[in-house]
This record gives sequence, structure tokens and C-alpha cells, in this order.
Amino acid sequence: MSQQASIDRQEYNITAYTENQVGLLNRIAIIFSRRKINIESLNVSPSEIEGIHRFNIVINETEEVVGKLARQIEKQIEVLKVYYNTNADVIWQEMALYKVPTDVIAEKAIVERLLRENGARAVVIRKDYTVFETTGHREETDNLIRVLQPYGLIEFVRSARIAIIKASDGFNSKLREFERREPSTEPAENEYLNSRDKVFTM
Amino acid sequence: MTGAVATLQALLAEGVDTIFGYPGGAIIPIYDALYDFKEQLNHVLVRHEQGGIHAAQGYARSSGKVGVVFATSGPGATNLVTGLADALIDSTPLVCITGQVFAHLLGTDAFQETDIINITTPITKWNYQVTNAEEIPEALAKAFYIARSGRPGPVLIDITKNAQQQKHDFAPYVPCTHIRSYRPVPIVRPEYIREAAAIINQAKRPFVLWGQGVILGKAEQEFKAFIEKSGIPAAWTILGAGALPTDHPLNVGMLGMHGNYGPNVLTNECDVLIAIGMRFDDRVTGRLDKYAKQAKVIHLDIDPTEIDKNVATTVPVWGDCKETLPLLTALVDAKLHPEWHERFRVHMEQEVDAVIREELFPTSEEMTMGEVIQQLNELTEGEAVIVTDVGQHQMVACRYAKLNKTRSNITSGGLGTMGFALPAAIGAKFGTPHRPVVAIIGDGGVQMTIQELGTIMQTGVDVKIIILNNRFLGMVRQWQELFNDRRYSFVDIASPDYVTVASGYGISGKRVEARAELKQSLQQMLEHPGSFLLEVMVSKENNIFPMVPQGCSVAEIRLR
Ligand SMILES: Cc1ncc(C[n+]2csc(CCOP(=O)(O)OP(=O)(O)O)c2C)c(N)n1
Repeated sequence: MSQQASIDRQEYNITAYTENQVGLLNRIAIIFSRRKINIESLNVSPSEIEGIHRFNIVINETEEVVGKLARQIEKQIEVLKVYYNTNADVIWQEMALYKVPTDVIAEKAIVERLLRENGARAVVIRKDYTVFETTGHREETDNLIRVLQPYGLIEFVRSARIAIIKASDGFNSKLREFERREPSTEPAENEYLNSRDKVFTM
Repeated sequence: MTGAVATLQALLAEGVDTIFGYPGGAIIPIYDALYDFKEQLNHVLVRHEQGGIHAAQGYARSSGKVGVVFATSGPGATNLVTGLADALIDSTPLVCITGQVFAHLLGTDAFQETDIINITTPITKWNYQVTNAEEIPEALAKAFYIARSGRPGPVLIDITKNAQQQKHDFAPYVPCTHIRSYRPVPIVRPEYIREAAAIINQAKRPFVLWGQGVILGKAEQEFKAFIEKSGIPAAWTILGAGALPTDHPLNVGMLGMHGNYGPNVLTNECDVLIAIGMRFDDRVTGRLDKYAKQAKVIHLDIDPTEIDKNVATTVPVWGDCKETLPLLTALVDAKLHPEWHERFRVHMEQEVDAVIREELFPTSEEMTMGEVIQQLNELTEGEAVIVTDVGQHQMVACRYAKLNKTRSNITSGGLGTMGFALPAAIGAKFGTPHRPVVAIIGDGGVQMTIQELGTIMQTGVDVKIIILNNRFLGMVRQWQELFNDRRYSFVDIASPDYVTVASGYGISGKRVEARAELKQSLQQMLEHPGSFLLEVMVSKENNIFPMVPQGCSVAEIRLR
């Protein structure tokens, strides 16, 4: 790899609108893995449009590579639209959960102050442990790990990134326009999937 | 109606007449239903599923229709893998239907269960597993639409056994014409057409490269009109061969590693490069950082991902070239470019002196592959469908075969699959029964799918088979000679007595060892009613030149 390419690499947020189909995640993942590109973060969730899912994929690459990948993803049959943006072009968040012993929190009020300073919120308080949540950029959520470590942090988990594109007026209106011009037939319903408990014996 | 019957009804509704396949436990219900459809659906029992899918590819490429394959689950399905990869990279429309274990057994490592959907995901344009009979018509309608629309490709539908057996009141079959997330043909942008035309009109040394997109788009006439008006010399990729007749004065030859001298050298001297329905494969471009850097590039393609993928374009012309070419033709000036054409002619003369004359009219004692093709050209006059395998003979056949008609050159381009030609030729004959089909195969490749002689025997299909026997895996030997100090590591391959093998299958054959017998033997083969195998003993250590060595620029093409 040329030095220039490694300098030009940065985090890109790929946003893909897709149909909700079994196996599509694999089809999309293969586009990265066959080029030996590591996915930093991946989130899939239903979008604001019925039957349409939204992928948020974060990779560290050059714009040239990301642009080609985006087109390759968009080429997949069940993918409607793909955008890619730098971090500066999106509003993004990751959520983190921290589990700490409740007695430590109770005894050392300082911890609570630290949590407040870090914008954390208690999700569950039990006798044995308490779970806090923060949302933010990587550095912010990382910071709280460092702070809580000395107080007996038991467990930590962070979600994949979700991102909203600053400039776009959203895909919602575009899709509705799409559908108005070329109305789709009803998407295939996989009835079997809804009754799999009757079929599966595992 | 059962899911199996619904499957066959769908095929009939899609206009399918021929299926290549091989039965097994998980697809028995479909085969059972087929028993009652024998009159309407011709099923060709191949000898191996790889043969089945290559036959379907040959069928699709010769006829322009969708090739259809049946296979059972597990080993039947996995035997399709090579053909799927081949069809995807060469944009061949296929619908493969595989049987699958009962839905309730999925994921339990049941007998002959393989996860064929995941195995084939990277090598299909689309695939889908049907677990419920109700889904069958819609899944097949989508499959055919996806396989044949836009940039064509292979689709695999995996149907569980319960879905094949299940009875259901199916609504009348509705072909698919739209999928909400699929835009097979990009919208044509008139501003790009105008920009492209302006660049072409200013060009002093414009050069056209065309690929299979012209054939897939059925745009041969539109293509011819474009180059004839603009007077631009045009060269082809091996999958594009035949879209313009070999003898057309604007056809300046083949591109790439074993292409013609002029087109390769002049790629780096043209001022405008117009790529039409081709994808700048590395076998065509050689070193990309030294490829046509001086030229403005206009790229016409139906697949937006091809544009800027390997070569940066000045103007992208998205769209089906059947639609975009006439728009472009209307805006380009009528020209002749005589001086520029002269450059190609000079290079061609150099190539004739250095390579072609000796290859086609050898003075050596041993026969060359080229003279076999040359003699064949004289007898067929470019009317035959030529199906080639992979290796030196493929390059010779593609370089020298005379092709008067489109869909006359069937070869494995992108994957370079040995074993392709024999089954593909069988399929090609089913696809175009009225044209002579000649397979040209090496002694290595023929042994990879030689069992398909059994398919010829049983169906009586008329395929002429020429084995060019150099007693080597010739192309690998050539590389070892040129780049590995003649260390001939495992390329010395023995052959059975092919004529005897053929006769065991009831197929006539002949072996030719002397030049004096060549022409008359080829004639005998062509006039023979039914299939015929002709083994021609050719020079053991001939090399295919010109050649762009790997890692070199196309302008560094070697004549020797
Ligand atoms: C399935 C497969 N395996 C291996 C290769 C690598 N390969 C390319 S050309 C070639 C030699 C082909 O020999 P033969 O069929 O005798 O044809 P020739 O080159 O002698 O004309 C080989 C082994 C291939 N292309 N396909």
C-alpha cells in the first residue's frame, strides 16, 4: 500500500437502505471481506420506512475505496440506496453500558459525581450492582471506563455506531418519490419464517 | 398443484424449452413432475452438474436466452460452484434450481444438506431459498427477471423438499417486471452523451474497445453504425469477439495479453479511448498505472460499478448501449481517420511477419494450432459457433477464428475455466440447433469434463470436437518456459486414445498426425452427420505470441 493511501484513510460512515431479507447481511459483509477490509462498526436496524432496513457501517479507508464499495453495495439486488460520509458530515453516537458494584457507588459519593460529570445515567440499580449508560463519541465513552476502572468496573459493553447524515433531507422523501414513480409489487413475505417454531425442531 | 408442478409451470411461462440437469433425493419431486412435462420441456441429462451448468452457459450464450439448470442438494449443488463463478464474471444469464432438504432439517447437518445459499452468495447475482410452496412463483419470476435484466448473471433458487411436495392453489403466474430495490438499467444522462460526442469530434486518434456488453445488449447494429459513421478503429476483448465480423475494415483485432500488436501498442497512443460494454479486466489492461494515461476515456456501461473501477473515466455514459450508442452516433461527425488507421495497418504487417504467417502457414514440419483454425475458417467461412476451452488453443482460436456472426465465440473469459468447452458446446448446439458448433479443446481441458461425451451419446446432439493435442498443459508450460527457466513442473500430461474413447461412446472420430490429412479430415468432420471427434497432433512446444508479460504495460507487448 502506498504511503499516500494510508495518509488519506479516514473513518467513513456508510449508510445503506435495504429490503429486509435473510442473507443480505452476508452479501454485504462479503463485499468487505473479499477485499480484506475490516469493518470497524456495523449496525442494522429498521428504518423509518416499513420494510426497509438501514445499515450503518464504519470503515477506515480512502475515499476512492469507499466510493467503489458503496457502489458495489448498491448494486446488490435488495439494496435501495447507499450513501457514504466522513465523520464531519454526520452526527453520530455510540451507546455504552457500565456495570459497577452498588456498594462502591453508595459509599463513595465521588463516583456518582464522576458519573454525573460524564453524563451517565443509571439504568438499573440492584443491591449487588448498578448499570450506567452513556451515549457519545468513542473518546467520551472510553473516558468513563478509565474513570470507573479503579472503582471495580465489572463489565462494559459498547454498541455499534449509529449516524445521521447532516446535509441530507433524508431518504424518506426520496423513497416515497421512488415508489410513486415506479411502484413496487408487495415485497415477498416469507411466511415460513413467521411460523418457524412449528417447523424447527432444534 | 404441488410446488414442483408450480416450478415447471413457471419455467414454461418464462419460455424455457431446455433444462440441463441431474436428479437426486432432494429434487425428486421436481423430477417426478417433469415426467409429465416431457413434451414441453426438454431435459438433458448430463454426466456431472459442472457439465450441466457449463451446458446451460453455452445455451445462454449461443441463444441469448436464460440457461436453466436442475441439481440436487449437497454434492449436486456444490458441483455448480465453478459454473456459477464463471457465469457471474462473464455475465451469463442462468437460473439454477437446486433441491434442498426438508425445511425442518435445515441447519441440522442432515443427509446431503449444504448451505448452498451461503456458499453461492459471492458467485450469484442473486439467490434465494424457498421453504414454502407459496413462494415459488414469485421467487422464480424474480429469478428470471434478475438473471436476464440489466447486466445479466446467474441466479440460484434453492427449494426445500417440503416446498416441492406441498400442495397449494397457485394464482396465475405473473412475470416480474419490477423490484423496488433493483434498478437494472441506469438512467441515461443526455449531458454526458453530449460531452462524449464533443470529445470524440475533437479527437485526432480515437480508439474503440468493445466487449460483450455489445452482444448482451443486442446492440451489434447500433455499434456498427456508430463506428462506421465515426470511422474509429475498434478492437475487442475475447468476450466481445464476433459482435462485429472479423473482416470488417474497422475491426483492428484483439486486445490484451495475447491480443494483436497494434491495438495494444496504440492504446497508449490514442487521444480518446471509447470503451463500450467492457470492464477493463487486467488481462486486457496489463499494468494499470501505465495504461492509456494520455487518453481521455469515455466508458459506456450498463453497470455503474464498472465505471471508474479500474480505469478513471473522463465521461461516464451509463446505460444500455443499445440505447446510448444511437444517441451518440447522432451527435458524432462522420470521419475516416485515414492516417490513424494506417498506424494499425503497419503494426499488423509487423505482426504478420513476426508471428501470424508462420502460425497460420507454417514452414515447420509440425502442425500448429493456428493452421488448424485457418483451415477450419476456410471450410466454415465464419458461419460456425466456436466454443473454446482454456489455454493456448483458446488464445489461438480467439485470435484467428473467423466470425461472421454475433454469438459465435463462446469461451470462459473471466474465470478461465478448463473443462468448459465440451459441455458448453453441447449447450450451444441446443441453443442454436441450426448452426454448426465446433468445440476447440486442449488435451488437458478435455480430460476435465470428458464424461460429457456420455451426454452427446445419449442425446445425439451434433457437436464437432477438435482436440489440439500438444501433449502438454501448454499454456502453463509456456509460462514455465518464459518465466521459470523451463522448469516444466507437472505440465507433461498423458492422454488416452481419444478416438477409442469416443468410439466407446458411439461417437465417430479420427486422429490426424500429418498436415497432408488435415484439411480433408476437417471436412470429413464437418460433413459427418452427428458428432465427431478430431484429434490433431500439434507442435509440442509452440508459444502464443504476441504477449504482454504480466506486470507490463500493454505497449510493452512482445512479438517474440
Ligand atoms: C480448472 C482449471 N485448472 C487449472 C487451470 C490453469 N491452466 C490454465 S491454462 C492450463 C493449461 C491448459 O492445457 P491444455 O488444456 O492442454 O491446453 P493448451 O494450453 O495446451 O492449449 C492450465 C492448467 C485452469 N485455467 N482451469
